[in-house]
Amino acid sequence: MLPSELKPEHFSNYPPLARKLVTDNIAVLRVLPLSVLPSMLREAIEYDYKFPAERKALEREIANLQGLTTEQRKGWLGDLAQIQLSAALEKFDWVNLPGQFVEQMSAHLWATHQQDAYRRAAMDYGNKLQAATAAASPAIPRVGVSVIGQGVAVSAAPLFRKLRTHGVYYTRVIPENGLEQVLDFASARAKVHAEPYAHWYIDGGQASVYDPALMSVSYQALQPARAALSAKMQKEIETPGMGPENLRTVMARLRPADLKLDKIADPVLARFQMKLLTEGSGTQIFSTTFAQWAARETWRRAQPLTVVVRFAPRQRQRPMNELLYGKKEIVELDPEGSLVDGDMGAYYNWINQQRLPGAEQSAFVAWFEGHNEAVAIGPGVPRGTVSNTPADLKQILSWAVS
Amino acid sequence: MDSPFSMKSPTRSDQELMRKSASPRELSQNLAWNRREFLRTAAGVTLGASISPAGSVFRAPAFPKDKKVVVITFGGGARDQETFAPEGQENIPHLMRELIPQASFFTQVVNKGILGHYVATASLATGVYETFNNFAATPPESPTVFEYFRKDLKRPASDAWVVAPSNGFNRIGESSHRLYGPGLGARVILPKHLLTAATSGEKDYEHLLRDNYETPLYAPELSGNNFEMKQLAELLQLSMGEFKNHALTLSSPDELSIYIARQLMRQVAPSLLWITLHDIDIAHAGAYSLYVDGIRRTDRLCAEIWKTIESEPEYAGKTSLFILPDFGRDSDEDSGGNGFQHHRTGDALSRTTWMMALGPGIRQNVVYDRAMQSTDLVPTIGAKMGFSPILCQGQPIQEIL
Repeated sequence: MLPSELKPEHFSNYPPLARKLVTDNIAVLRVLPLSVLPSMLREAIEYDYKFPAERKALEREIANLQGLTTEQRKGWLGDLAQIQLSAALEKFDWVNLPGQFVEQMSAHLWATHQQDAYRRAAMDYGNKLQAATAAASPAIPRVGVSVIGQGVAVSAAPLFRKLRTHGVYYTRVIPENGLEQVLDFASARAKVHAEPYAHWYIDGGQASVYDPALMSVSYQALQPARAALSAKMQKEIETPGMGPENLRTVMARLRPADLKLDKIADPVLARFQMKLLTEGSGTQIFSTTFAQWAARETWRRAQPLTVVVRFAPRQRQRPMNELLYGKKEIVELDPEGSLVDGDMGAYYNWINQQRLPGAEQSAFVAWFEGHNEAVAIGPGVPRGTVSNTPADLKQILSWAVS
Repeated sequence: MDSPFSMKSPTRSDQELMRKSASPRELSQNLAWNRREFLRTAAGVTLGASISPAGSVFRAPAFPKDKKVVVITFGGGARDQETFAPEGQENIPHLMRELIPQASFFTQVVNKGILGHYVATASLATGVYETFNNFAATPPESPTVFEYFRKDLKRPASDAWVVAPSNGFNRIGESSHRLYGPGLGARVILPKHLLTAATSGEKDYEHLLRDNYETPLYAPELSGNNFEMKQLAELLQLSMGEFKNHALTLSSPDELSIYIARQLMRQVAPSLLWITLHDIDIAHAGAYSLYVDGIRRTDRLCAEIWKTIESEPEYAGKTSLFILPDFGRDSDEDSGGNGFQHHRTGDALSRTTWMMALGPGIRQNVVYDRAMQSTDLVPTIGAKMGFSPILCQGQPIQEIL
């Protein structure tokens, strides 16, 4: 089927809000190229479970397309319309399985050497869309905090090398009550600027005590879901004929109840946590990967005002002798390796924060938990400098956002 | 794969990079230029484009008649910032201090094919950008370098071997091409398969993870031309007990591969040996420290193979060693990816990689930054060894012939 043949009844399997969105706007969907529309439907079909920022972005994109003349639309989408798709892709049920369609289209683009052309055209479209429909700057500057190195007693590794050039590197941080100060800071922002899904605390281990005004996700709390996912995957892998694509399809069809996440009252948060495990590579295995990916997805999807991410020690990669002699009951941790992971993760957290509107005004702090090193980036602090002045996290945060 | 439609606005550094490099080709050139400058300042290499015919550049002795070639794919792909950039050089001390001073180094090897490890490694081995499903246990469609070598030079099966990291690579030894194919390919050793046989197949989650980092929860079934375990053990003069005991001292699958490769070099001494390393691809699990550990290990293992080449009488003085990644990894700046973790965006950083060549007749301590392609490896090996890869797409690299 081609987009021009779309009818409202084709969307009968969509959740209610998603169905309304696409049927209300079916006229503009019909004129989109097949290389474009399933990507949009992949977002639309999840509309009921999306964060407010994502819903608004999708609505703005559709409204923008509706506002274009036929000629303008050719300018925006002409190169994407030139992408040659196969008959098999045209026959695929891209209305109900848009995610799988996009995966198959991606494989087709690689195989037919159209990936570069597609990538250029998509980036061009994305840039135009960004310019035409950019979200407004946030009500208050965004603040990100990364706390790394939990459990590391001593480290000679130079930290925050990639971040230091962008802000102040503090060498005499007063570590006492540092985490509490960070969480109090986030809590205060959540109370003063209360918005849905705007203030987050992500912990790669067991969450510390936090204010319920914060949205919270933790690796430890997801242990039952991780175990359920692992068991499900093992079972699927043992099914004859199962391959990576099939496995991915199975994972894409999972629902929160399949991973025991249906007890979470908020269906948006339940779906978000499920996707952290089913779409993130390595999030099921390593807590540091989970923390970084959860932060990335939180910034990208929820576009919040505050994100505190605490990296915890991940399990150690087991050497071959342990593999040879079977599973160890006790999971050994690798705090030193996790510090390195967290250091890079903090840098990625800052990059992902910088991708959002209002980046120039935003602030970021990374701290080596329990130690004297931190870096702060923001309009209130100079770039590429070192401070040897004793300061606690509360002071550093206040300087960074001032 | 992430859709570009989910991209967000570029960061300031994205924009700076884009301004500097308007097209993928320009971006590749910039990457190559940086790589050359890194090498020039750190290792003191000479620029190939401006070398004088004599004096400053040492050319190793001419290539003898009983030529051998060893290829190492620098497992899983690594980025400049963790390798050749100033901040990354601490991770590759052996390449920087031991191998590059003896090598011709090519800074701009562009992979225009599919960025999946099996299909990309198969493309390296065929000299054609293969387009089959990366995760299917299928042979390459075009003839492999092993088939050209064996057919043209009438070499026995024992003279071409592949040591490969995962079950998915077990068909890489020979193609499905009707003019070549069955009976003309290389023997493929999957060390992990061998180890599994030696240990009665201990199977758990972690073992699956190590089989294929691109899809950590999946390990393809074995089929096709993997050499019989018992025969293999006899050929390598491996006692399974010793093998198992030695494996206890190893920390990674690539160490196991190198152990097997060295046994192979000592006991069989094939003329064409292809070793695919893969530890670096642990990056897909998202732990940066493990990715860097993988780079450091790969760096050390490459040097160990070169030492074996130099010390084994069957190889010393007559072997060319080629080291190259199959491709790179995504940049931090591309919002369509997640930095070092994957190679999904198809950006210039993930496509533009490098190659070093060492051995008789190859200029030492020289860097070349002209653009070449991954598919140029097979015709270069052909020209070195004296066979004609007539169906490959690449061109011989004249600088090292």
